[in-house]
Amino acid sequence: MSDTEKSSASPLDSSILILKDLAFQRNEELLFSSINMAIESGEILQIQGPNGSGKTTLLRMISMTLSPTSGEILWQGKNVNNVREQYLGSLLYLGHQSGLKKSLSADENLLWWRKLNKDNLLPSSDALECVGLTRVKDVPCYHLSAGQLRRASLARLYITRAKLWILDEPFSAIDKQFANELKTLLENHLDNGGIVILTTHQDLEIKDMKYISLASPHKSR
Amino acid sequence: MWQWFHKLGSPRWFYQTSGKWLPWLSFLALVFISLGLVWGLGFAPQDAKQGNSFRIIYIHVPSSFLALVGYYIMAIAGAISIIWKIKLADMVMVSAAPIGASFTFIALLTGAIWGKPTWGTYWIWDARITSMLILLFLYFGVIVLQKAYSRQGLASRAAAYLALVGTVNIPIIYKSVDWWYTLHQPATIKFTEAPSMHPDMFQPLLLMIVGFYLFYAAVLIFKIRVEILHRERRTSWVQDYFFSKKNK
Amino acid sequence: MTNTGFVAIFRRDLLLAIRHRGDLSNPIIFFFIIIVLVPLGLTPESSRLSEIAPGMLWIIALLASLLSLNSMFQDDYNDGTLEQIMILPQPLYFMVLAKIVVHWMVTGLPLSLLAPVFGMMLSLPEPGYLPLMLSLLMGTATLSLLGAIGSALTLPLDKEGLLLPLIVMPFYMPILIFGSGTVQFAIDGLSILSPLAVMGSLLALFLFVAPYIAAGALRLSVEG
Repeated sequence: MSDTEKSSASPLDSSILILKDLAFQRNEELLFSSINMAIESGEILQIQGPNGSGKTTLLRMISMTLSPTSGEILWQGKNVNNVREQYLGSLLYLGHQSGLKKSLSADENLLWWRKLNKDNLLPSSDALECVGLTRVKDVPCYHLSAGQLRRASLARLYITRAKLWILDEPFSAIDKQFANELKTLLENHLDNGGIVILTTHQDLEIKDMKYISLASPHKSR
Repeated sequence: MWQWFHKLGSPRWFYQTSGKWLPWLSFLALVFISLGLVWGLGFAPQDAKQGNSFRIIYIHVPSSFLALVGYYIMAIAGAISIIWKIKLADMVMVSAAPIGASFTFIALLTGAIWGKPTWGTYWIWDARITSMLILLFLYFGVIVLQKAYSRQGLASRAAAYLALVGTVNIPIIYKSVDWWYTLHQPATIKFTEAPSMHPDMFQPLLLMIVGFYLFYAAVLIFKIRVEILHRERRTSWVQDYFFSKKNK
Repeated sequence: MTNTGFVAIFRRDLLLAIRHRGDLSNPIIFFFIIIVLVPLGLTPESSRLSEIAPGMLWIIALLASLLSLNSMFQDDYNDGTLEQIMILPQPLYFMVLAKIVVHWMVTGLPLSLLAPVFGMMLSLPEPGYLPLMLSLLMGTATLSLLGAIGSALTLPLDKEGLLLPLIVMPFYMPILIFGSGTVQFAIDGLSILSPLAVMGSLLALFLFVAPYIAAGALRLSVEG
């Protein structure tokens, strides 16, 4: 994977990730609209809003699971639909659900995830050791606690080369100590030029944080 | 050119334009069907073998045509809606589904009514009827699938996919049912086909077929209009439409 | 790159199937249960059973396939793994194909291999055994492919009700017709080449088309 180089359409569009006029309509209701944001390397964006305001929807939109009703997302100056493979190869999405098979162990889950993402991994580090799950790495995941599951899910962050991290409530279910470790991990990623977009109820104190606030859904005209 | 195309896809334009044409279309349909029915039921000569009971074909045959054509109309509308993302095409597909299903049902029903005096039984597993029954299932699938999705946009896309798979399968299904029937065909009965018809019987049938097509178009347009009003109910033009009607 | 997707998902799903090996016997148990019902409900007479055996065996295989369809994507949908797979840059087509292949290996394949046993229980005439296996091997693969489309389209419903069978049934019917036709032809002393050729072309057609449509339907399901 080549190191990321910014390819600009114009001097103004030099941001790596641009959210342009994003809107989403579910049936007759406009969940959100006019979402605009430009994000540079090393920046972190938090999506805030009450429950049901569409935070997860927006995250899924950025990870191309959903299509926006209108607006577009630009990656390195190009619409993500046109550079799909490249864009998806540059991002990592961790959603609400664990993304792990319950009947496999944490180690096995990580193994098959590594196989699918072969081109996008850091040279080996023991991910499970980084999240403190070495002791239970061979236990089927249905035996793990919520906190352990979350850690197993987050383990992927330690071995990915993806530049853009999209995280939905990454701090849920983990204890204070690991939360600090996670915060450090995020900061390191940002220092290395990565981007983080997340939702969280935690009060994250990371400097230069950007925000998008989603209001409660309002009706369309 | 694109302007015109987009205008074609505007629900509002469709609503206003169809409103002018619909009464004429319905009238024309009524004329053809009445003529055809009166001629066919009253004046056409009796069939040599079946006596008067064959007359049900004046409803049965047109219904069967429209049952199949209706499915293709639905599938094509679905394809247009997913390829070019035209909302109106989506509405056409959604409206066409229950109408096509109804015609299929009528075809089956009239087929059964025809069956009793002809073969002594209301139901017989011959190729045509069996294919028609499977077609009914195909329609049901498209109609019921939409309930699985909470968002209309997704529901229509899923239905469009299913309709397209159905389109690919319809020739396969019809051919296989044909093959199956010829394997097991009882030596006696051969289904009377239209080609062996006397012109005096055939002409009213032609009227009925045209009439049914017109009728289908009228009902489809009507249903689309209802769908438009429902989906666009929050827009200003629909609100104005109703307010101005009330104030008359 | 497309191959890593196929191979990785193939091995993962196979591993999962082995982990759930209790479920592997489900289609077979189902088959046995229904097979017992047939003579009980109809007649124990060998001659009459032989008459209906080809069709009956195929019908039961079809039903067994239907019952197993839910498991294809539901699990991955529920634990977020499906979403993870869909976010990969690799084409979804191959990964869906891998899932379908494993599904078949776990349902249709064992059934087809055990077909002689079932055939014997319904007094299937001698010439029918090999054609039964052949037609089932090809046919159940096609059923898995077609079933994948239906399964992908009905994911949000969370296996409530009979929507999946309703949708999938019309597409299953030609397979049933030609499958049982193959066996019947053999029993009647006719060449099975033509119905078998049809089965083969249907399999080829849906091998191409079904994973593609199922992938599209999966994207739809994950959206809503």
